Formats: sequence, C-alpha cells, structure tokens
Amino acid sequence: MSTTAPTFAFTRSAAEERTKRSLGRRRGIVDRVVTLFCLLATAVGLFFLGAILFTLLRRGLVALDLTIFTAEFAPTRYGDDSLPKGGLLHAITGSLIQVAIATAIGTPIGLFVGTYLAEYSQRTALGNAVRFVSDILLSAPSILIGLFIYQIVVLPMGGFSGIAGALALAVIVVPVVVRTTEDMLQLIPNTLREAVIALGAPKWKMIVLVCYKAALSGIVTGVLLAIARIAGETAPLLLTSFGNNVVSTDLSRPMASLPISIYQQANSGFPDLIEIAWTGALLVTAGVLVINILARVLLRKRI
Amino acid sequence: MSQTDSQAKTPATQPAAAPEGTGFGGMQARSAAAINAVSRISVRNLDFYYGDNRALKGINLDLPERQVTGMIGPSGCGKSTLLRVLNRMYSLYPGQRAEGEVLMDGQNIIAPNVDLNDLRSKVGMVFQKPTPFPMTIYDNIAFGVRLHEKLSKSQMDERVEWALSRAAIWDEVKDRLHTSAMGLSGGQQQRLCIARTIAVRPEVILFDEPTSALDPISTLKIEELIDELKRDFTICIVTHNMQQAARCADQVAFFYLGELIEVAPAAQMFTAPREQKTQEYITGRFG
Repeated sequence: MSTTAPTFAFTRSAAEERTKRSLGRRRGIVDRVVTLFCLLATAVGLFFLGAILFTLLRRGLVALDLTIFTAEFAPTRYGDDSLPKGGLLHAITGSLIQVAIATAIGTPIGLFVGTYLAEYSQRTALGNAVRFVSDILLSAPSILIGLFIYQIVVLPMGGFSGIAGALALAVIVVPVVVRTTEDMLQLIPNTLREAVIALGAPKWKMIVLVCYKAALSGIVTGVLLAIARIAGETAPLLLTSFGNNVVSTDLSRPMASLPISIYQQANSGFPDLIEIAWTGALLVTAGVLVINILARVLLRKRI
Repeated sequence: MSQTDSQAKTPATQPAAAPEGTGFGGMQARSAAAINAVSRISVRNLDFYYGDNRALKGINLDLPERQVTGMIGPSGCGKSTLLRVLNRMYSLYPGQRAEGEVLMDGQNIIAPNVDLNDLRSKVGMVFQKPTPFPMTIYDNIAFGVRLHEKLSKSQMDERVEWALSRAAIWDEVKDRLHTSAMGLSGGQQQRLCIARTIAVRPEVILFDEPTSALDPISTLKIEELIDELKRDFTICIVTHNMQQAARCADQVAFFYLGELIEVAPAAQMFTAPREQKTQEYITGRFG
C-alpha cells in the first residue's frame, strides 16, 4: 500500500510558486467583484425600501390626526373646510374584527395540521400530500382564495359579509401557521422526545407539555407573521367583505377594512380622500412593522 | 422467526440455563464469582431488526439485580440497540422490531400487549446528551412523577428534594429550583436528567453513554453516582470508555457485530477474557 502511494516534495518548485501566485491574484479579483455585486444588490434593495418608507411617511403624515381614529368615511370636502373631515374608524374596526376572527379560526387549524405533519406523519404518503397542498396554498394568489369564499359563502348567504372576509383571511392564515409549526417542531431534537417518552409519558403529553413549550416562541412568531400577512390583504376582501363606509360590527353585512378603504379612497380622484388613503397605508405598514418586530424579539428569546 | 420458535429453541442454545422464570441465566456459571444476585431482566434469544437489517443476533443476557452491567463494543455492535429494547424505545419507530424474549417479573416485555408507559416507569433511561426539558428545575423532576402518581404539594416537594439529593445535585440547585433548567452546566443537566429518572422510582436504570458529552470532572461525579445508585437500582450502562466500564460495572458484556461475544465479571473481563475478540478489543487492537 505505502509503496504505491504518490510522494510529494515539501518544497515548491519555481513553476509551482508562479502558479500559486497567479491563482492567488485571480481569486483576489473574483472575490472583489463578487463582493461589489453583493453590495450593489443590497444597495438597490435598501434604496427601494427606503424610498417606499419615505414616500409613505411624507404623504401619510399629512392627514394623520385624531379624526382618523374617531371619524367614519366622509365624502370629499372639495376644499371646503367647513365640511366634516373623514376618518378611518370604520376601516380600522373592520380590519381588527376580521383579522381577529381569521386568526382565531386559522391558528388552531394550522397548529393541528402542523403538529400532524411534524409528529404523526413522518414519511407517510398522506403527510407528504398534506404538506404539498399546504405549500401550494401558501403561494396561491390571494384573489383565488377570495373567489373560493365568494362561491361557498357569499353566494349562498346572498351577499357580501364580514364573516366571509374573515373566512377568506383564515384560509390564508392556515398554511403560514402549518409551515412554521411544522418547522419549529422539527427543530426539536429527537433526543428530547425520547427523553419524555422514556419517563413513561404518552405521546400526546409529550407534544402538548414539552414540544409545544420548546417550540412556543417559534409558533407564536409564525402566528404573528400570518397576522402581518393578512392585515394587508386586499384582493380576497374585495370579493368577500366588500367594504363599508360606516362602522359596522355586524358580521352578516358588508364590513370595511383598511386595505379596501385605501383602495377605494386612493381611486376616488379627490385629493383630500387620497391623503386619507396614504394615512391608511401608513397605519397598515406601521402595524405590520410592529408585529414583525414583536416576532423577531420573540424569536431571539428562544435562542 | 416467530416467538414460539425462539422459545422452543431456548434450551438448545442455552445449555447452562436454569428453568425459565427462576431468573438464573446462562452466564450464571461464568460469572458466579462476582455476580451472585437474582436476574432482574433476562434476555433470551433476542433478535432485533432495523427493517431487514438484523442488528442483534440471538442475545442471551441477564441483568443481575442491584448490580451494574456494562455493555461495551465498537460502534454499531448493537449495545445501544439492546438498551433501547429494554425500555421498548424502539417501538417509537415503525420498521424496528424485536423477536425473542425479554423477561421482567415473569412477563415478556417485548410482547405487543405490554403497557409501555408502565414499563418505562419501571425501566428508566438516561441519554448520551443531557436533555433538560424547557421548564424549571422543579418541573423537570415533577414532570415524570405527575405522569404516574398524584401527590400533594408537600409530597411532591419531598420527592423532588429526594430525587435531586440522590442525584447529588440538590446542594447546587436548591436555591434556584424555580429557574429554568436550561441555565445549568452540561454536567449539572445530566445529573438533573438522572434525578428526573430516579424521581419516577424505577427498578432499572439504563444509561446510554451518559458521560460522552461531559468533561472529566462531571464524568467522575456521574460515575460515583452510578456506584451509589446501584444500592437501590439495577443498572445497565453502555459505554465506549473501557476504563469507565472497568470502574463502574460489576459485570461486563462485550458485543461485536450484533452478537454477544462474552459476559464476565468486570475484573475477569479486563484481566483474563476468554474470547480472542474480547481481548483484541479491550487491548485496542480494533474498534
């Protein structure tokens, strides 16, 4: 064996030294070019993000005052300041109600499906099918989900309604929560599961008392991300809760929401209404930002 | 091979075996000098399969009561597999199955109708890596107890203190019982896991390489602890560390390629092994 092994000199020849130096030079250049591209790409991304936030603040702060939170929709004032200024109270209430109901419906379903995928369906055909369908749902265009709810809820009920909007949003919540729940549960080392089982615990107690505890902040993060996602959804609500100009808490009637109000007032063509639409956009963005920061803080705590 | 087949074969492959149920197994004669206790768990003609792969071949072994049985052998020899049969850990995984008999209190614990949670409360297990649960130190100990018993608050306090004391960690944690167990050092976490296992009051404790992730001082503490615990518990320890087996075990079993090559009292095993393979392994010729 040792007789056939190739032998190497421990000192380099002059030719080898040259090759080494030219390789080093080439790699240095490639390194700098790639670094430059990375920095450029980052700069472009950050520029657009900054531009969006800057525009949003500049246009959104103009109409931001207390009436936004206390008044319902009002028609344009045509520059006549004696007429009452409109607000977004109807949209804020509608959004809060629909998002809350959607989260309340979607979270448990997503949690159970995610648990099934991570704890019960390892390498089974059904598990793989469920995971596949859930991933498709995750990336499905949200207008399709709106159409779906329109067919199975809006048409049978005979009209647009808050509950239909909440259901459409719930359908969006489910796959997000499924994904994060499964991912977070899979991060738990198997040795921890075995340690629980070794004490004589039934599987459901292992999941509920230990696995959920270990994965809690990750799962909560997933729910918060789902809330952030549905808070800004417009398309599915157009076909389900439709929108409303007054504060309405009746789930069987059309209900306003921030994204729909933004859409309608931005399309109105009246400058004062467009200002209010910008403020609405600022509110949604700020809300989503707060939720995202909250999610990050929670995620950091688990490590 | 069905179970009835393996039962029928028992006398043939086990010439030295006493009649079933007396608990005196085949190695009784070999290890009579040091091992004179009653067998707590008797493994008879055990085969184990990972799918189609036969990982244990016709194992016969007795775990003497209140003694430490050390299991040694190169990686993949089946020693951990055997350990995971003794508390039916393998039942978690479809595709893994055992054939033969593992007798405890006259019951074949690998039979399908065995109450696994009850079995695991009698046969506890400590793992290679410390596995504290993400809860307080107190709750880590109380968790297992709550699964099997209903205790009052004061009874539970007593049980927690007892278990932590037996695991030689009480003095280090008594002032922070209600803080997270994740903040303990690796060695402390492992003793916490031992305390958690003891708290359920098992009869047998299985240790799967309990010190391979620990520093020498923590290792020493665990080894002293194992020596202490054998007064009350039957112990089985898998280890890659021959010195550890020599220090801790009363009886040592050497496995190779899924077969049990030799069982002997520790002193005899490390000074005068009967089998060539054993000698080669313990002198570091392979493995």
